[in-house]
Order: sequence, then C-alpha cells, then structure tokens
Amino acid sequence: MVNTRVELKGLSLRNPVLTASGTFGYGEEFADFVDFSKIGGIIVKGTTIHHREGNPYPRMAETPSGMLNAVGLQNKGAAYFAEHIYPRIANMDTNVLVNVSGSTIEDYVACAEVIQSLDNIPAIELNVSCPNVKQGGMAFGVTTEGISKVVEAVRKVYHKHLMVKLSPNVTSIADIAKAAEASGADSVSLINTLMGMAIDAEKRRPKLSTITGGLSGACVKPVALRMVWQVSKAVQIPIIGLGGISSAEDAIEFLLAGASAIEIGTANFIDPSISQKVAAGIEDYCERHGFASVSELTGALITD
Amino acid sequence: MAKKVMDLRLVDKQLWQRSVLLKLRAQEEKLPEIFPGQFVQVRVDGSPKTYLRRPISVYNVDIDNQELWLLVQMVGEGTKTLAALPVDSLVNVMLPLGNPFSMPQKADAKLMLIGGGVGIAPLLYLGKVLKDKGFQPQFLLGARTASDLTQLALYENYGKVYVTTEDGSLGEKGFVTQHSVLAEAPDVIYCCGPKPMMQAVARYAKEHEVFCELSLENTMACGLGACLCCVEDTKEGHQCVCQEGPVFNLNQLKW
Repeated sequence: MVNTRVELKGLSLRNPVLTASGTFGYGEEFADFVDFSKIGGIIVKGTTIHHREGNPYPRMAETPSGMLNAVGLQNKGAAYFAEHIYPRIANMDTNVLVNVSGSTIEDYVACAEVIQSLDNIPAIELNVSCPNVKQGGMAFGVTTEGISKVVEAVRKVYHKHLMVKLSPNVTSIADIAKAAEASGADSVSLINTLMGMAIDAEKRRPKLSTITGGLSGACVKPVALRMVWQVSKAVQIPIIGLGGISSAEDAIEFLLAGASAIEIGTANFIDPSISQKVAAGIEDYCERHGFASVSELTGALITD
Repeated sequence: MAKKVMDLRLVDKQLWQRSVLLKLRAQEEKLPEIFPGQFVQVRVDGSPKTYLRRPISVYNVDIDNQELWLLVQMVGEGTKTLAALPVDSLVNVMLPLGNPFSMPQKADAKLMLIGGGVGIAPLLYLGKVLKDKGFQPQFLLGARTASDLTQLALYENYGKVYVTTEDGSLGEKGFVTQHSVLAEAPDVIYCCGPKPMMQAVARYAKEHEVFCELSLENTMACGLGACLCCVEDTKEGHQCVCQEGPVFNLNQLKW
C-alpha cells in the first residue's frame, strides 16, 4: 500500500495530481470523465476581481505537439464566482483551488480577499505569469522586484496556502522563485505558458488575434522539467511542476526533478480522464520501485 | 446526457477528392443518444503535427447497426491522417458534444436545410430525424463544383434537394442565397457551412424574418467548454461554440 498523500503547508492532497488552471474549467465540464475523489485537486479558471471578456477570437493555434492560446483570462469576476460557481463546486470530493489573476496589486489583493472568504477553497494559485493580457500579471512575474511586491501584498491579507505560479519567460527562473519564497509564498508552481507565435503564411497573417500567445502541451515538457530542476536547487518551499505532462511517466519525471506535486494541463483536452490515469500510474510506479510513499520521489533523481 | 470517450471500429470508408466518409461502429458499449447538430471530437494518432482532437459533425447515426458516420473534409494533416486510416482501425471518439438543432414548432412548417461545403454533413442527420418525426425537410446544398456533392441521393431520401454550384456544373450556378427556391421564404432555416456563406444566409433570414439556426465551427481545443478558445462574440458576450453552441439561433449572434 503506497502512501500517496502530499502534505503542503495548510493543503493536504490525497495524491500529487492537480489539474491546471484554464484547462479544466470549473471541474464540472469533466464530471463525466473524472472521478474527482481519485485526484489531488483541481485549480479552476483564472479569476480576476472584475469580469473580463478576454481576447477576441481567434484565441488558439495548434502547433506540433502543442498549442498556443490567447484566451486572456476570460471570467465573470470574483464576486460572480463566489456567488454562483463556488456553491456548485464547493463540495466536490477533492481540493478546489482558485487561480487568482490581476493587472494591479490592488486587484490581486482584492481578489485574494474574496477567495479567502470561501471556506472550502484551501489555497490560491497566484498567477503572476499570464502572457496574454497586457497587464495580466506577467509584468510582475518577470522581475524579482515585481514578484516580491505582489506576493508580499497578497501575503499580508491571504492566510491560507499561497502558491505562486511562475513564468518561464525570464532569464533566471531560480531568482524569481527565490524572490517569491522570500516574499512569503508557501509553494511555487511552474511553468506557465511560454510565449510563442504562429503565422498563416498563405494569408500572411498571425494565427492569433493577439499575434503572440502562450505555448503549452507536450512540446514544452523538457523546458519545464529543466526549470523545475533549477528551482528545486534554489528554494526550500515545495514545487508544483507542470508543463506538457501527458502520462504518469511524465509526472514522475517532474517529481524526480524536485516537484512535490504536479499539474496536468493541455493533456486534459486530448484525454479528459488523463488526470485520474496519471494518479493511478504514479501509485503503480511507487509499488514497482518499492517507494512506500509518493513524497519519497520528490528530488529522488540520481545524478552521480 | 453523459459524454463518453469510446473506441469505435472503422468498418467502412469512402474516399473522394476532398472528403472521406468514415463509418464507425460501436464495440461492446452502445452509442449514446446523439441529436442532429451535435459533434464529436476524434483523436488523431500517428500525426506529429496533430496534437488536438478534431471536431467533426455527425453525418448520420445508424442506430440499428450501431454506426456513427462522419463526413470529413481533408484540410490539413490531421484530417488527411484520418482519411488514410485502414478499415478495421479503432478510432477514439469523444461524444456527444454541444447542443443540437431545435425541432420546429409547427408540424407543417416549411423547412429549408441550407448547407455549404462540408457543412452539408450535419444536415443529412438533421433531415433524417426531421422526417422521422413527421416534418418535411427540404435541402439547399451549395458546393464549388458537382464532384464535391458526393452523396446527394442520401439527402433525397428525406426531402427535395436543391443545389447550387459555383461553376454551374450541377444545379443553379452561384451561391445558395442566389437560388430561385429562396424567392419564397421558408418558415425555418437550419444552416451550416463556411462563415461567409452562413453570414449571407443570416442576412437573408433577417431580411425575410425567418427563424434561423446556424451551426458554427470555430477553431476548438477541448470541446467541453473548459478552455474558452472557440468563443463567438455573441450578444451575451463571448460564448463557447463547443458548449453553448455549435448551434446558435441567429438572434443570439451579432451577425
């Protein structure tokens, strides 16, 4: 019997598998495909203090082994979430986390306060790394000063588990992670999407309305894995790894590289049950390799 | 209606110049109930450039034989890979997705099912169900050229078929909205096709105050209303074509 539980500060996951924000809606969309009691948690769609319509269509372009998106944080705002969506998902048999986004520090703080008032949301994932909004937080997430300011401000008002989602569009993600840690983050999740671009040569036009967008899917996995490894050498707080995870094997690689838990994103679109399969696969791996608990995998990479 | 992911057996296929008909049969597990206008998401294996599933409308459901028919237009590597699948392959399909066309309010309503290009596909199944329920569907189908209209006889089983081709090789020459049958306005229009064609039909429907439903096919990723990629800018804001659509009433659209 493998102990699959992962204990993070104030956040207890029955297993290390979470679903990534923006790829799993509010969970309800996947109710026919996933038994929520078999995964560690879901992270719902990026939520901002005010309603956002998001970017114009087209917002998505498929790329080899991946996709670009430029959704731009479409959501109905924190108050709508609290009043209409939260009651429907509050008793889901798994952890429900909210991805909190914003364009000013005041917005982040206000949104975090609204979400904090919801009893069954044990954690937020602070999105300081959305590449698809002019002031969508990535400006904060790409400098140590920026990330320190926003994390410190949210930390002052938010007393549950504070996870900070990091952008890969930086020179040294380890430095950014250290700044988040020093500013009071309880954990860091990485990576958000990589900025990319796609062009329709026949039409001589960009494929996205915003010209550039965020790349995700299997193609980003080696970059994400490398960044998780680098961050694990730089910080003491737990790491939640994501970026192209499409199988239990992929997930285990992230754990070995130093992650305590993982998120599954774009792969949900190809196999809507993948999160549950990955959770089961991680357990199988532990049994086959004689690990009594999943947490033993974290950083268990052999490098000598 | 519970959505499912199923492995269906490719039991027959017919290949034309630009399209392929795939007949997929359920294995042990039976097909769920599928309504006209709904679509499926097909996983494409063995195509490195194809990462996401391909949304394909339902061409026909043969419930007695547990068959789902898909008429696929070969546009990119993904759809070409599907077309090249050998008979007997297993095809992984997520279904049923989206909202169907509504049924007419009046039994004697004059119905016109207007399709263009591969947009004619969902109208076959719609016509079949309408006829089964005692309505009298008629079809107005447009294509570039006669050879693109591959299975007109199937449509003729369910109602009268009017045709336009851009090169005049079959039916009246021109676009569907120029067809003489539209001189007298129908009571209801169901429409699917390329966006410019649907917008022309929408203008006609507005002008003649015809109840009109259109099936949109914005570029899509998840098919479940989760990723918010396939949005249409409707009167109620951005709505997912996969979840709130693909069938919209013209009144909902900003067209």
